[in-house]
Amino acid sequence: MSGAFASAVNAVSPGIYLGWGGFVIQLGNLIVIIAMLVLFALALFLPFPHGRRRR
Amino acid sequence: MSVEGRTTETPADEPSARTWTGKSRQWLLRRLPPEKLLPDDQPSYVASWIYVFGIGAIASFVFVILSGIVLSLNGPLWYHVSVLGHFVNSTHLWSVELFFITMVIHLWGKYWMAAWRGGRALTWITGVVSFAVSIVAAFTGYLLQTNFDSQWIAFQAKDALNAVGIGAWFNVADLGQIFMWHITLMPLAVAAVVVLHVILVRMHGVVPPLDAAESDAQLRSTTPSLIDTEGDAR
Amino acid sequence: MSGRSTPRRNDDALAHRPWRGTLREYDLFKELTVGVVVVGVLVLGLSAVFGSPDDRSITLRSWATSAPADFVATATAELGGTSDLASYGPPYNRTPDATQTIGAIDLQSLSGVRIPIDTAKDFVIGPLTTLPARPAALSVWSASTDKQRTAWTTAYSDALSKAPKNDPTRVGKGAYGPVPALTTALLNMARTGALDGVLSTKNSFFNLDYSRSILFLGDGTYFSGLASSLHLTGDQWGVMNETGNYPGQSWLWLFSFWYQVEPFKSAPNADLLVVSLMLLLTLALTLVPFIPGLRSLPRWIPVHRLIWRDYYRRR
Repeated sequence: MSGAFASAVNAVSPGIYLGWGGFVIQLGNLIVIIAMLVLFALALFLPFPHGRRRR
Repeated sequence: MSVEGRTTETPADEPSARTWTGKSRQWLLRRLPPEKLLPDDQPSYVASWIYVFGIGAIASFVFVILSGIVLSLNGPLWYHVSVLGHFVNSTHLWSVELFFITMVIHLWGKYWMAAWRGGRALTWITGVVSFAVSIVAAFTGYLLQTNFDSQWIAFQAKDALNAVGIGAWFNVADLGQIFMWHITLMPLAVAAVVVLHVILVRMHGVVPPLDAAESDAQLRSTTPSLIDTEGDAR
Repeated sequence: MSGRSTPRRNDDALAHRPWRGTLREYDLFKELTVGVVVVGVLVLGLSAVFGSPDDRSITLRSWATSAPADFVATATAELGGTSDLASYGPPYNRTPDATQTIGAIDLQSLSGVRIPIDTAKDFVIGPLTTLPARPAALSVWSASTDKQRTAWTTAYSDALSKAPKNDPTRVGKGAYGPVPALTTALLNMARTGALDGVLSTKNSFFNLDYSRSILFLGDGTYFSGLASSLHLTGDQWGVMNETGNYPGQSWLWLFSFWYQVEPFKSAPNADLLVVSLMLLLTLALTLVPFIPGLRSLPRWIPVHRLIWRDYYRRR
């Protein structure tokens, strides 16, 4: 039956799923979430270039 | 020359209007004078990378709309059969992902700044509403993929919608209905809420730091006697 | 508490009025242009490198061809009114106590039957009557009583489940009446692709509504089996997943999360509970500025000290 499943849907890749107990996450989603956290952290810590000041 | 002084200049010079149009113009100019709508300066505390994510979300939205327009030109089935169509579909997907990534980081940032202070609650509310409306817009897009994923989403999502009694009217398996929602109603809704949000941001200005006090350097330095020292601070 | 309230009042006063402090040059249009260029490069780059998923849709035809046993078993259940859909309740049909409720709140019943589906008539008998050579079994079915029909479909369903590999061609003898003839005729019709057209057109030339086809597909195990192999089902966090390794609707993580934990996981009204909870939480997020505690968290956890560190350093 699983053979029929695989051939019926021309899946490019079955996908990579990472699991810890009941918690399972797809690699693509995990990367997006990590990217958001990293960008947020960088935004907090990276120095912002000083613009021209007025007054 | 305080900011406040400039903003009230225009309407004050005009005699009070009597027509609806004139009153509306005066009201608009008073609430949102041109230099507030299109500012070329910002308070000096607006100096962090966290401030770029709102613009990032808007820039992503521009690409969502542009790629959506190209997809619209050729209809929903085009991308299955054309290499160019598939590429445009890819740009639609990735601009949506970037839209949500930047919007969520923007939301996190605004939360930790408690950016709703000083009469900015409606700005926060419209921001959350635009997030919620965007989720519905994206959901209708996933239903419009006309592939296995959209078939399954249509089957599975019906239960949640039926359980709250809206599945009868918002039928996820009705491609015609979803098509219209995705390419007219939802983009209009997202754009309307985002425009309102941006106008509110411009009207109220960027929220000052938490616990800012009159004695702080960036406020003190504007008094004439302190102007000279301010230039060496950086 | 009073120690905290004083700075807050000052703070609010400052936040309320236009900024009178130092300014820096800021170019809105330049920032927007840079933003559009950066996002544009990212969008084009990600699209060129990763592309996007497009797993072909399945059809009633591919179902009947790839998994005929499942198709026949499902058609028998539709005929006998024992499928999930046949007992779904509103908006498809009337089934006592089928709706999801919280106490006396029964939102599902409010709409009534707005998308009426009679599974036997709409999925099996109706399509078969459109065939140029109508199966003789149709007249036997229509001339029989409900009780008789139920006896036939029940017997045939049982026999199918006991047959080797549930193969309809290897079912033992029994009192199945016209049921095997009807389901076999439907299977053959589906294999030609004719059923796909009949189910979706509803006597109209144009077709934009796939409710019947999708609901029929969903009653079998073939469709959900495929979805499960792609990690798309609700108990697999499926709502936020895309096929392959593509990021999906990760912003639905919390919605998806509730379905994975008790008491929602095993609740018969899980959908209603989860949707209601998410509506409440969204409302709470909207009203954060007015919710004590939640609105003060940014004061207590000083992330803002990082954001405005220049400002605080030079106080």
